[in-house]
Amino acid sequence: MDPATLSRILTAETLAFHIIWATIGVGVPIFISLAEGWGIYKKDNHYILMARRWTRGFVITVAVGVVTGTCIGLMLSLLWPRFMQLVGNLISLPLFLETFAFFFEAIFLGIYLYTWDRFKKPIIHWLTSIPIIIGSSLSAVFITTVNAFMNTPAGFEVGKDGGFTNFQPLEAMLNPATPTKVAHVLSSAYVTCAFLLAGIAAWHLLKGKRSLYFKKALKLTMIGGFILALLTALAGDLSGKFLAEHQPEKLAAAEWHFETQKKAPLILGGWLDENNEVKGAIEIPYALSILGKGTPNGEIKGLNEFPKDELPPLYVHYLFDGMVAIGSYLILIGAIFLFLWWRKKNPWEKPWVLRGIVWAAPLSFIAIELGWMYAEIARQPWIIRGFMKVTKAATTAEHVGVLLVIFTLLYASLAVIAVSVLIRMFKGKNPEKELEERGIIL
Amino acid sequence: MPLEIIGITVLWTFLYGYLIVASIDFGAGFFSYYSMVTKQEHIINQVINRYLSPVWEVTNVFLVFFFVGIVGFFPDTAYYYGTALLLPGGIALLLLSIRGSFYAFANYGARKSRTYMFLYGMTGLFIPASLSTVLTISEGGFIEKTGEYIRFIPWKLFTSPYSWSVVFLSLVSVLFISASFLTYYAFKAKDSQAMEALRKYALAWSGPTLVASVGVFAALSQHNPGHFSNMLDMAWMFLLSLLCFQGAVWLIWKRKALGWSFILVMFQFAFAFFGYGASHLPYLLYPYVTVQSALTNSVMGTALVVAFIAGLLLLIPSLILLMRLFLFSAKYVQGEK
Ligand code: HDD
Ligand code: HEM
Ligand code: HEM
Repeated sequence: MDPATLSRILTAETLAFHIIWATIGVGVPIFISLAEGWGIYKKDNHYILMARRWTRGFVITVAVGVVTGTCIGLMLSLLWPRFMQLVGNLISLPLFLETFAFFFEAIFLGIYLYTWDRFKKPIIHWLTSIPIIIGSSLSAVFITTVNAFMNTPAGFEVGKDGGFTNFQPLEAMLNPATPTKVAHVLSSAYVTCAFLLAGIAAWHLLKGKRSLYFKKALKLTMIGGFILALLTALAGDLSGKFLAEHQPEKLAAAEWHFETQKKAPLILGGWLDENNEVKGAIEIPYALSILGKGTPNGEIKGLNEFPKDELPPLYVHYLFDGMVAIGSYLILIGAIFLFLWWRKKNPWEKPWVLRGIVWAAPLSFIAIELGWMYAEIARQPWIIRGFMKVTKAATTAEHVGVLLVIFTLLYASLAVIAVSVLIRMFKGKNPEKELEERGIIL
Repeated sequence: MPLEIIGITVLWTFLYGYLIVASIDFGAGFFSYYSMVTKQEHIINQVINRYLSPVWEVTNVFLVFFFVGIVGFFPDTAYYYGTALLLPGGIALLLLSIRGSFYAFANYGARKSRTYMFLYGMTGLFIPASLSTVLTISEGGFIEKTGEYIRFIPWKLFTSPYSWSVVFLSLVSVLFISASFLTYYAFKAKDSQAMEALRKYALAWSGPTLVASVGVFAALSQHNPGHFSNMLDMAWMFLLSLLCFQGAVWLIWKRKALGWSFILVMFQFAFAFFGYGASHLPYLLYPYVTVQSALTNSVMGTALVVAFIAGLLLLIPSLILLMRLFLFSAKYVQGEK
């Protein structure tokens, strides 16, 4: 394989692996802070313990996030030297700011971890969780502006020699894709962590641990999960409107929408025959026009309007469908839980509800992966849409294959070891026992 | 000051910061493993863990900052170094990843594993070696440009005496910096047993540090005479470095003012590092890239400098807080909290 293909595989693999841990890094601090804050306010040690246990698992995941993030950061220059030479100076502002955000987060994570019982007022310890949230969410914001830039580049002019001139770094950061992308990336990271933590609590309840601790954890995370699932869908809807306006070929590829038309239907599932006719799909009338333009009469551009050699692969349809299906499932399961709770039907005692929540955890990670794959693959063949193709950006060095093998092994072993360390960490350490051991704080 | 000089000074300062904090960290990992193998862990491990646990993540950020910053200020470096360093850079990354994650696994995980400690301790020695080859490559002679095609010649690197002298210097300085810091830290912790052990390490590694520095001078005079003669023009920097080194070793020897002795070590490396850097200018990569030729446009450069200053205003107070809580809090250091 040529270096460009190998570079794409290695980049995709690294990002797909990093995003798992990065998502945990962005979302879990919110819930740690919520739990500790609520626990202090209600003087309820269950919540404090929750924050402690989540933090303990969190440091392991952060470590993997940091090392894989460092990998991507350096790989951008190693694998895409042309890309970095062309726009390195433009996107380095957000990358630079991102580094500061990490720095800020890292410092306060160190403080948070080692000062649990050091302050007389617990509220001070809680306050140190705020900079962690700010730091991790801001770093997601900054990195997302970079990805947004690759989709809708802005903030420069093309000079006579084809190089870029007249850089406006702030304009590049605040390109058209930034608002919707940032909103959707943040909300989806938060919702994923809500369901990750809910899934863990539900799993313990399913295994017969009818403890108060897990019930409280489940309630806290499911309230958050439901609200965030709605927000994620809203942000996704806005992303659809953004695409219809600024990147119509991406939306059209996801929907196998060939002819430009009004009152466009949304297509679910199905397949394409040799004449690019859609077969076996469920059509929801007007829905694509509503997603793209907000009215049933909205006109949606079709794929036939674009040069053939600039079209993304059409299998992205399934990626998009998968994400939306999972998004709907998360809203549904959240609604069921809250409805039963409101009706005093004790959803935490119903195995089918609990099983549904356990499933939501891996599903939301799958949604994150599908969403990114859709967003990245449907940008093909461009690395900077309209300006630079992926093949022109890649390194010319040999040996990319060697690196690919090495890093695949690394990620595989990191995944296995991190998970087994986490399992070992919590095995035989159930919350009741821990509360007893800590005796004093009860 | 011209923008390119501000830019490279900022970046070089950060790299210096990384040199110090990472050396402490790498060396500590090695000593910690070494003491485990020689069954002396009870003596020094507590001191090492007390220091390392809260700060390990901060160390990594210094490095990320440097490589993000250099591409920002000097985008051409991405093209030249990026293409040339694929393999060495990849290996350094692999080692960094192993080290970072196994630190967390070994220290936050449920039990200490010998394998984790081994991976964590040994990678700490190989990382400085592999990172220092970037400086070696910057001296020229290891990258060839034919037309648009850039090629790295690993064989030359492996057979160059200069390259090996730099590797040797990086190894011994890591151990020396680390041992002199930990001696001071153990002293603050009033742990005299650990202090004696670490003091011995510091003294043992001081001699090799001196020998290795002389070796690098000699090898560089052969490899890149132009740079070497620039260095001679700044000989006072290197002489001051030597003086600081002597002062530091003398204080450690006498068990006096250990805080000052570590500050002298920092000055020793500051003089040498900035002397080396200043005499390297204007080249970022002999003979292809200079700070002027690679500089980003001025709007972007200014934006980066502003971002840097704003960031520092945020970070310095937070770093001070971290140090007050963990480095200079007598109670924490002595293990009461
Ligand atoms: C838990 C994860 C998750 C869930 C449930 C959803 N998404 Fe999503 N989606 C993402 C996670 C995600 C993501 C990983 O965050 C992406 C990838 C790139 C991006 O900007 O966000 C994304 C991208 C993305 C894009 C492309 C944006 C672009 O490339 O600029 C669209 C149009 C949608 N989503 C729409 C939706 C809709 C209508 C959903 C209905 C429920 C939905 N998403 C649920
Ligand atoms: C939108 C997707 C991404 C999110 C949400 C995200 C978030 C994160 C988080 C939370 C961390 C851990 C930081 C810490 O605790 O110190 C991290 C590490 C890192 N990420 Fe990502 N990241 C994303 C994609 C990327 C990409 C594409 C890059 C490369 C350009 C990148 C570069 C890094 C780097 C360099 C680190 C390590 C920083 C350090 O050493 O502390 N990230 N990322
Ligand atoms: C963190 C979440 C992200 C994930 C999971 C992700 C996923 C992917 C995937 C699956 C590909 C392969 C596409 C293909 O080969 O067809 C890819 C390519 C790429 N992505 Fe992303 N991406 C993420 C964010 C980003 C960001 C924020 C950047 C900007 C720094 C970025 C830069 C790239 C580059 C340079 C490529 C290679 C060129 C290409 O194939 O388009 N990605 N990514």
